[in-house]
Amino acid sequence: MTATIPQVAPAASVADRPMVEAVEVHKRFGNLEVLKGITMSVERGQVVCLLGPSGSGKSTFLRCINHLEQIDAGMIRVAGETVGYREKNGRLHELREREVAAQRRKVGMVFQRFNLFPHMTALENVIEAPTQVAGRSKADAKAQARRLLAQVGLADKADTYPAQLSGGQQQRVAIARALAMEPEVMLFDEPTSALDPELVGDVLDVMRGLAESGMTMIVVTHEIGFAREVGDVAVFMDGGVVVEAGDPTQVLVDPREERTRAFLSKVL
Amino acid sequence: MTPSGTLPTESTDLMTATQPSSTAAPEGPRTPSGARPGPIEAVPVRHPGRWIAAVLVLVLGIGAIASILQNPNLDLPTVAEYLFKPLTIDGVLITIWLTVASMIMGVFGGIVVAVMRLSANPVLSVAAMLFIWVFRGTPLLLQLIFWGFIGAFIPKIVIGIPFTSVEFWSFTTSDLIPATVAALLALGLNEMAYAAEIVRAGIQSVDHGQSEAAHSLGMSPAKTLRRVVLPQAMRVIIPPMGNETITMLKSTSLVAIVAGDDLMSNIREAYTQNYKIIPLLIVAAIWYLALTSILSIPQMWLERRYGRGFTGARPTIGSRVATITQGIALPTRPSRASKKGAES
Repeated sequence: MTATIPQVAPAASVADRPMVEAVEVHKRFGNLEVLKGITMSVERGQVVCLLGPSGSGKSTFLRCINHLEQIDAGMIRVAGETVGYREKNGRLHELREREVAAQRRKVGMVFQRFNLFPHMTALENVIEAPTQVAGRSKADAKAQARRLLAQVGLADKADTYPAQLSGGQQQRVAIARALAMEPEVMLFDEPTSALDPELVGDVLDVMRGLAESGMTMIVVTHEIGFAREVGDVAVFMDGGVVVEAGDPTQVLVDPREERTRAFLSKVL
Repeated sequence: MTPSGTLPTESTDLMTATQPSSTAAPEGPRTPSGARPGPIEAVPVRHPGRWIAAVLVLVLGIGAIASILQNPNLDLPTVAEYLFKPLTIDGVLITIWLTVASMIMGVFGGIVVAVMRLSANPVLSVAAMLFIWVFRGTPLLLQLIFWGFIGAFIPKIVIGIPFTSVEFWSFTTSDLIPATVAALLALGLNEMAYAAEIVRAGIQSVDHGQSEAAHSLGMSPAKTLRRVVLPQAMRVIIPPMGNETITMLKSTSLVAIVAGDDLMSNIREAYTQNYKIIPLLIVAAIWYLALTSILSIPQMWLERRYGRGFTGARPTIGSRVATITQGIALPTRPSRASKKGAES
């Protein structure tokens, strides 16, 4: 794969389509059905916040979008492409691992536990995928990485190893690393849950900046304030279903559903 | 511990070393009067047992060394004569060659076997398990003799279609596998089985989140293994691999049974002729000790190299030199006593 692949102008039908489209997604682990039919659509540039008690399936749903988990029924499309499958002659064909890898390049992911590569410096973490996967030149990738590290406020930490960074700094490097592949959509899996309270703000600021720049984002979070301020849509999940979705101020301030109300009363 | 601030403040080096430094915590707890308490002055615990043990060991040690040096059968001139004889040096070179070649075969083969063992393909996984089972479960000495006499078991190696008379190629086994190749096969295949388990443990020690992060960046499984998982697994793999290398260096001496040209074979050949068994064994021991001591240097370097990002500070040239000189000063690493024979 090289960087010279021409950027095919999306057909009108694709551009009009939602960035992420989920239809009746089911997922089970053994006997436990974690997702019981999730239908959701995320428009280009939208910021969707997924909230809900632990075990409600929100993280699993996020991982399905990236094909880190394989769904059992339903369908997920990212930028018009079915995740994990190819449709041919009316039948679904599983994609090869290499093709799945290519699909994932459109989707950036930030993990709760950062998952930075500990044997690489911050800069090496950021340039790893551009040089190894996208085939960009090292100099090119380094220039971009320095720009991204400056964007997340860590220009001076380029040569630092993850173990020497605070949790908040590690998470911001992880965001820069995901952005380096120039994804069309960013997934955040509880990005601030593993952080000390005073470090949460820096990470949320970076995410806010990203949202303002027009990035499509799906954020699993417990930060009600962030969801209300930055989110375009708030989705409340419980027991593997979407309980209620809509304008964040409405869902999070004056929910229609009793379950949402009960959850919010415990969190706030 | 007394909180009194009136104790003398002078302290000996011993005292400051055995209690937290008073300068480290300038905002430490104060006495009710507000004055900082002086350093503790106490009589240290006496250890008479340590002194008795030390004297005992010294007396025994000096006695043993003295009696060895006075033994007329020690024959130091013979040791000196054989230490750098061409016979010895040639043997040392073959020993080094056998060690390096079989370790290269073992490590790279071991990585392949480990990846097979962890493969989702059950045929590959079971094949790897069987390989490890056979080569780890039989004595190395047995394997060495087996490969040495492979020609008697399979006189001819034929490449053709099984159960038919079609032959594309055929070799006489003893031509294809001379003694040194037989030794290399035995040592290398045996090492592969051990290395595979070490590599597998290393791969499994890497957090699964690392692979997920690599996958989410669009890295293929092969690239994830090579760029993300193996470099981190190396940290866990290298220390036992260092042990393996030292064990291997010593295991090459078993080749003497099937008459190789290594150090032990040559020494054995010499003492069966001149009966100077102990002096010649001392020559071999000096060489084996020297070689195993040198081996700890590359191991230290590799541990530094793959410890990056884990040890905190980035290793500097100075710290590396310090480590290496420290490595020279250290005695040989203790290694598992003839592990391979014991596990059979």
